[in-house]
Amino acid sequence: MTAPIRIATDRFGLGAIPGETLPGDLRGWLTSQLRQFDPAPAALGSRTARMAELARILPTRVANNRLKREGNQAEQDAALASNRELGEDIRRAHAEAVLARLRVATASATPFAERLVHFWSNHFSVSMQKVLVGSFVADFEFSAVRPHVMGNFRDLLRSAVLHPAMLQYLDQNISIGPSSPLAGRYRRLQGLNENLGREVLELHTLGAGGGYSQADVTELALALTGWTVAGLGGGGIAREIDWAPGEAGFLPAAHEPGRRTVLGRNYAEDGQQQAVAILRDLALHPSTARHIATKLARHFIADDPPAAAIERLQRAYQDSGGDLPSVYAALIDEPEVWRAQRTKIRNPWDWMVATNRAVGVERSARLAELSPGLLQQMGQSVWRVDSPAGWGDTAQDWAGSGALLTRVEIASLVARRVGNVADAAALAREVLGDALHSTTSDAIDSVTEQPLRLALLFASPEFQRR
Amino acid sequence: MARTHSLPITRRRLLAGTLASSALLGTSAVPLSIARAATGRRKFVFVIQRGAADGLAIVQPHGDRNLRDLRGALVDDDALRLDGFFALHPALAGTAGLFHSGEARAWHAVATNYRERSHFEAQNVLETGGERAYAVNTGWLGRMMPLLPEGTGAMAVSATAPMALRGSVPVATYTPNRLPDPNEDLLARLAIMYAEDAQLGPMWDEAMRTRMVTGGLGNTAAGGGADLGQLAATLLAGEGGADVLMIETGGWDTHRAQQRALAGQLSAMDSLLVALRQGLGAAWADTLVLVATEFGRTAAINGTMGTDHGTASAALLLGGSLPAGEMVESDWPGLSRNQLYDGRDLRPTGDLLSMATRAFAAHFGLERDRALAALSAGQ
Repeated sequence: MTAPIRIATDRFGLGAIPGETLPGDLRGWLTSQLRQFDPAPAALGSRTARMAELARILPTRVANNRLKREGNQAEQDAALASNRELGEDIRRAHAEAVLARLRVATASATPFAERLVHFWSNHFSVSMQKVLVGSFVADFEFSAVRPHVMGNFRDLLRSAVLHPAMLQYLDQNISIGPSSPLAGRYRRLQGLNENLGREVLELHTLGAGGGYSQADVTELALALTGWTVAGLGGGGIAREIDWAPGEAGFLPAAHEPGRRTVLGRNYAEDGQQQAVAILRDLALHPSTARHIATKLARHFIADDPPAAAIERLQRAYQDSGGDLPSVYAALIDEPEVWRAQRTKIRNPWDWMVATNRAVGVERSARLAELSPGLLQQMGQSVWRVDSPAGWGDTAQDWAGSGALLTRVEIASLVARRVGNVADAAALAREVLGDALHSTTSDAIDSVTEQPLRLALLFASPEFQRR
Repeated sequence: MARTHSLPITRRRLLAGTLASSALLGTSAVPLSIARAATGRRKFVFVIQRGAADGLAIVQPHGDRNLRDLRGALVDDDALRLDGFFALHPALAGTAGLFHSGEARAWHAVATNYRERSHFEAQNVLETGGERAYAVNTGWLGRMMPLLPEGTGAMAVSATAPMALRGSVPVATYTPNRLPDPNEDLLARLAIMYAEDAQLGPMWDEAMRTRMVTGGLGNTAAGGGADLGQLAATLLAGEGGADVLMIETGGWDTHRAQQRALAGQLSAMDSLLVALRQGLGAAWADTLVLVATEFGRTAAINGTMGTDHGTASAALLLGGSLPAGEMVESDWPGLSRNQLYDGRDLRPTGDLLSMATRAFAAHFGLERDRALAALSAGQ
């Protein structure tokens, strides 16, 4: 119940589960999770099923949208009604996926690995705010992020950037080369869009100040032209594609012909491989190593991470050529992680998962269904972030007087919902261990009503940090 | 990079038909007769438009003959004429009324000193007033707060304090929600629990103070622009109300199909501003509102009927006692290819933050040089 145990369970992991016994060798436990991680738990469903759902939804939507523009009044009304129904299907699929994600996190025996999934999903943020198809965003995390979290960053980058959700979210699906064959055919509405090219450089790889110019943004955007999504291209693109709706692919006719230069390096015309080659080089760039090391250190150590820790993580990244488990191993060995004492404010997702874990997997069934809505109230609706930069990762992003009051209101609601758990004072000792402050245990002891005691635990300063 | 210390704004362009006919006011539902002599405390509201709002679509330079060549499909024929050169986006009908009654004006072709095109860096510069992104960890408004009379309070309609307000004066935040009120007993015990926590303690005190001000609101969720404007008016009003208030708006990043997205955004903004003015009543005369974004968008339309990240944009200034001035203040840089910044963006000719600081200082009766010093203290 000592501080290192709390660091292993709360800082690396997702919060303590009552009754759980950890091995004495905490570092060994964390390392073993990297091997034991299950990239495709049954609870998350299969990609085939998600894609089949998309293949059903997309053509109907496209047809409806055409009827809305061109049909008579009756056809327009029917198209609107059909779109509303599809919208409901999409929302349902999204809600089910969020619940599945929460259940996996709540029950996980490899919580460090699951935290890494959440970290990378946030690094490569896509959002349902824009994405038309809700199951895209779940598929993005389950199929594009999870399988590569224990691999090389190069593969994770390629998989994330070229996933249909990302292509759609950052407008790549409708970006076509100004001198491409397609541009000649559909002159009016189609052309270059540099949104994805910019965010790949700024957010996904080099980072702000990573040493790229506007010319690099344009060149990468041009190299990416051709990568699009079937059923979502709009205008002329949709008609040219013969692969399955919802799937990403490369449409040569939309690709800007010619050599490209990014960060001073020249890339021959190579069709779909041109952008892939640029992404591969970006993955190995020292600025990328620095950017990722900084974000990991901020997530696991402190809002203002120590420079020495960033340097060690960066070196691990560069020495291994972007091998992520090597970087995680450096993180486990990092003295600063084990030194820092509950400096990180739990973001709403972390807090909600920790709450579910604290009440126990069985009892959390009553809480889980409530959780997605509560996350929305706390401003962190899953896969609905309002910026491609993802959710912020510092106390300033999550701790404010308004946020604190909301969290207290939710702690109170959660405690009433969960009902009579085992004694809250005992639970507090179990999930907070040495971190439990006497002020908190005194406050819990001073009231008798069980939900109130539980609310005090969830709202306590200790429980709000990791 | 040296800050471009702003020159007095002069307008090179000719003013043809400066006075709009009063028929243009017909769209406004705002009562235009609010007394200008209210004597309450001065209030300042900063509405930030996150995502780079397109100044060329909000305040359209119809008098510039290059406008249509650059963005034909994004020019609105039914834009609301202001002064013969500029016209407001048609969704801003209520705001147009305020322009004509002298309660609103625009600054055009303005920017911070930031010249790259990253939202995140640009928002940081707009909020910190730093020489470059992430160079300072206080906000420019946060640094103004200590210059105001003791007891002046800052608040944000947000879960956490936005960068612009951070400084030595604590900032209250408020987010409306549908949650049931917690038990008073819980609140009292938490006060004891948080009191010992250096980070959460002061936040809890702020939360309880704000709860007093907003007690009458009930737990209503903020909906559209009008609800937000009404909420803002409530947060500013009365004893314990905020003196400096910040409202965040998002959704301005219009890379594709801009026309429809922007019409919706601007319609919400219009409702917000009109509701704020109505909600404030007589206090409107003591209120100054700044609406600004981190940077503008490309002058030309892109390949997907939208615009990409640009440089200069337009900001709006509104209030019940704006000093006399032109409807659109701008040293207009022109839109021909060789007049554009980097050959693609509206060129900045006015320094947004020093203009905002001067307006802020004048509004609160602060010595201008002290306010400007607080602005550049970040650098």
